[in-house]
Amino acid sequence: MSSAWAWYVFVGTVVSILACFWLIMFSKRQGPSPDEIAGSEAHVWDEDIRELNNPLPRWWLWMFIGTLIWSIGYLIYYPGLVVVDGVAKWSQVAQYEAEMAAAEERYAPLFERFSAMDVEALVNDPQAMSLGSSLFANYCAQCHGSSAQGAPGFPNLTDEEWLWGGEPAQIEQAILKGRNAVMPALGPALGGESEVTAMVEYVKSMQDGQDTSSPAHAKYMMLCIACHGPTGNGNPIFGAPNLANDIWLYGSSDTVIRKTIMEGRNGVMPAHEALIGPDRARILAAYVYSLSR
Amino acid sequence: MDLDSTYNDKVVRQFTIMTVVWGVVGMLVGLYIAAELIWPGLSFEQPWLTYSRLRPLHTNAVIFAFGGCGLIGTSYYVVQRTCHVRLAFTRLAAFTFWGWQLVIVLAAITLPMGITQSKEYAELEWPIDLLIAVVWVAYAIVFFGTIGRRRVKHIYVANWFYGAFILTIAVLHIFNNLAIPVSLTKSYVIYTGVVDAMVQWWYGHNAVGFFLTAGFLGMMYYFVPKQANRPIYSYRLSVVHFWALIAIYMWAGPHHLHYTSLPDWAQSIGMVFSLILLAPSWGGMINGIMTLSGAWHKLRTDPIIKFMIVSLSFYGMSTFEGPMMSIKTVNALSHYTDWTIGHVHSGALGWVAMMTIGSLYCMLPRLYNKESMYSTRLIDVHFWTSTIGVVLYAVSMWISGINQGLMWRALNDDGTLTYSFIETVKFTYPYYGIRLLGGLVFFSGMLIMVYNVYRTVRSVEPQPVAVIEPAGA
Repeated sequence: MSSAWAWYVFVGTVVSILACFWLIMFSKRQGPSPDEIAGSEAHVWDEDIRELNNPLPRWWLWMFIGTLIWSIGYLIYYPGLVVVDGVAKWSQVAQYEAEMAAAEERYAPLFERFSAMDVEALVNDPQAMSLGSSLFANYCAQCHGSSAQGAPGFPNLTDEEWLWGGEPAQIEQAILKGRNAVMPALGPALGGESEVTAMVEYVKSMQDGQDTSSPAHAKYMMLCIACHGPTGNGNPIFGAPNLANDIWLYGSSDTVIRKTIMEGRNGVMPAHEALIGPDRARILAAYVYSLSR
Repeated sequence: MDLDSTYNDKVVRQFTIMTVVWGVVGMLVGLYIAAELIWPGLSFEQPWLTYSRLRPLHTNAVIFAFGGCGLIGTSYYVVQRTCHVRLAFTRLAAFTFWGWQLVIVLAAITLPMGITQSKEYAELEWPIDLLIAVVWVAYAIVFFGTIGRRRVKHIYVANWFYGAFILTIAVLHIFNNLAIPVSLTKSYVIYTGVVDAMVQWWYGHNAVGFFLTAGFLGMMYYFVPKQANRPIYSYRLSVVHFWALIAIYMWAGPHHLHYTSLPDWAQSIGMVFSLILLAPSWGGMINGIMTLSGAWHKLRTDPIIKFMIVSLSFYGMSTFEGPMMSIKTVNALSHYTDWTIGHVHSGALGWVAMMTIGSLYCMLPRLYNKESMYSTRLIDVHFWTSTIGVVLYAVSMWISGINQGLMWRALNDDGTLTYSFIETVKFTYPYYGIRLLGGLVFFSGMLIMVYNVYRTVRSVEPQPVAVIEPAGA
């Protein structure tokens, strides 16, 4: 902020507080003389509205003065006068950093014990699993649900089905670096309405085996095969879902499948490395790994 | 009778009836969104029925339609009586009524359509903002024009507060809504980033300070002494608290942005001035309550006085709670929780609505040449529904809000949060039920008011009231 604006704010603040003091002095100086009370009572509006001129209640006046004096102290101690720093050199960023440092100092030893352990070992450590459960409630439950059973668009973590692979290292990778799954919009490439309807039927029935007699089969082998594979088993390298089972990430109704095909999908798992660091991420990976076992 | 020798009460009657109508509409929308928070399915997957679109409709309807009509209507009534002159510019005054109703109708159409600037309490898009500015300037001309023609030397205290409210709202509305239009229904506000946030809350908090506080203090300063038939307690107190209030309120906005990217110094100033505000705010409460003192026996027979004393009590409580919540350490707990909602409603229902209702019951019979409302008994019933409704609302939101804050910050021994977010949502459920019940009880009182007003005004052909000669003239 330029110094002119700083002074502008400073003057405005100080003048406002001083003006309150002046207002109080002004009203005290004008003590309640009987004449004045009579004079004021002589004002009558609308037939019967009058005013007395009682003195300001003492307790109220001292409360007012008290808050004014307190404010001056506060503005000197904390940042507030703009042109000079507060005496305390306080800032909210410094407060945040101090609290985070204190937390790190307090909680880091808890996690250190686990830093040398691999995921398999962590799974068998009750304390690690208890930590993992807390971490899951904080960082994962918003999308995957408190019971980790997912929601439309967010995978169930308690079953055997893994979009990006269910090995400990793959889970840890997903937590640290995040995942981005893209299903392109294929509506135009499929052709017209009847082709889309046929494809919806074809995809829906894949769990019972591919219907090679379907007109959609040829289109599948051309447009979908690259990611979902020749038999629809999916591909964990792209996070492409297995279409040959009865697990549906976005839903299994005709409407939802049609929407997926027509408009595509963008599945995003955010990266957590910067947020929670490697130690917590591995404990979390172990906890998630344990859920499906 | 010569027109100039009578009050212009037609425009007051229009605003008064619409205050009741918009009160019912605004609170009904409030009930609906309170129910949606319990049963989200109530939006029936219709975009215009979703909480996000109806919530601004609720706030705009209760603040600007119900509160606005109440303020403009009573200010027209009060300024004529305390200046002993007919309202200036009869046709311009009529324009302010129809213009304001048009604003409200446009709001009721555009907000559910999702047409919004996304600025809280300033959602309306630029063409409506322009209309508001025009109507507001017309309102200022009518009001100050009447003051200018007054036949008494001293301007009565109620008019100071109404005047400050009118001037400041014009400034706030215009500066907060400066925007570059790109189409009839879309514009971009000229401020960016944290400056936008600061301007928004400078506006937002002063909408509370000048619309919901100064304006209604104006109402209080006329109708309390009128109904109690008692003199104002202290002229001196009104001078000190008026000037302190309007000077200090301007600075309080940053307390809405504690622990954000707003610079530390701005947060400090916002907090400090919010705390200083306690005494100036309480000045109005003291003056109101001490004016009623000496008329306590009327509490037994006059439910309008009951409305006023409870309203002033809620005013005192809310203006104590507000400064406390602006303290950074308290705010770190209360911010973003239901506590804020409870605070707002103890002010909006307890103070604003109850003062408006009391004043309307005082003013309505006089507007229709009647001695009193159709039923004093029904006013009493309305009083109890209002009081019980606000208490249920405020208490449930306190419990819900404070626990939300505590649950959000609760930590396990390993440094993780004790509660997932959904657990805090689950906790609030029963309290949302009590809040809805409180709202229903308050709303039922409004329906009683509609009946009482209807029975009072039906088949009455209002006669013009002669301007009263100033005392000593």
